[in-house]
Amino acid sequence: MTVILCQSSFSPYAELEAYQQLMADDVKRYGATTIFVGTMRDLNLGDEVTHMNLEHYPGMTERQLGQIVSEAQARWDLLDALVIHRVGEITPGESIVLVAVWTLHRGAAFEACRHIIEALKHTAPFWKKETIKDGERWVESNTEG
Amino acid sequence: MTIKVRYFASLREKMGRIDDTLVYENIATVADVWRAVSSGRPIPDHLLCAVNMEYADAQAEVKDGDEVAFFPPVTGGAR
Repeated sequence: MTVILCQSSFSPYAELEAYQQLMADDVKRYGATTIFVGTMRDLNLGDEVTHMNLEHYPGMTERQLGQIVSEAQARWDLLDALVIHRVGEITPGESIVLVAVWTLHRGAAFEACRHIIEALKHTAPFWKKETIKDGERWVESNTEG
Repeated sequence: MTIKVRYFASLREKMGRIDDTLVYENIATVADVWRAVSSGRPIPDHLLCAVNMEYADAQAEVKDGDEVAFFPPVTGGAR
């Protein structure tokens, strides 16, 4: 299980490839992998967004993500999980978050991946400040799925 | 007792500072900490609190050396 906070742009697919190659043999028994990639959009609430700053609480953010992944591991018998999350300045088109889950079978993989990203969105301490044409604004509500 | 108090995001901007160090004898709970840094006000409903980097409620106890944080709701974006 690995949680990484990343200060600069990353390629989720390159990270996945590299991570899988380093997996131990007992993890390679997986039959299912699900991944979620969140990407920054250039439009939010009807406004063009030029970039955003993602603030976090160093220490607590890592701890909260670690707890979410540990709980999911116990509940769905995960063989492995990888969460990478950007912090700092992000521009549209860049990946914000990767959640990858490896399990024996697909059902658990889908459920656990969905659970991790939703729990992350609702409880991990991250705060978005968007820069739009007219200035900056905090985005402080969680929208519906 | 000494308590480190940290603020994040829009709350940090409203407070005009990133943290405070409280040296008080009469602080027992998270709510007491907030009162000490906000001229006696109650904790606004929407604010979240953490003690030593774990979510906590207003009645949670604090002790010497703890780090208490206050921050607005975390942001996840549309599902």
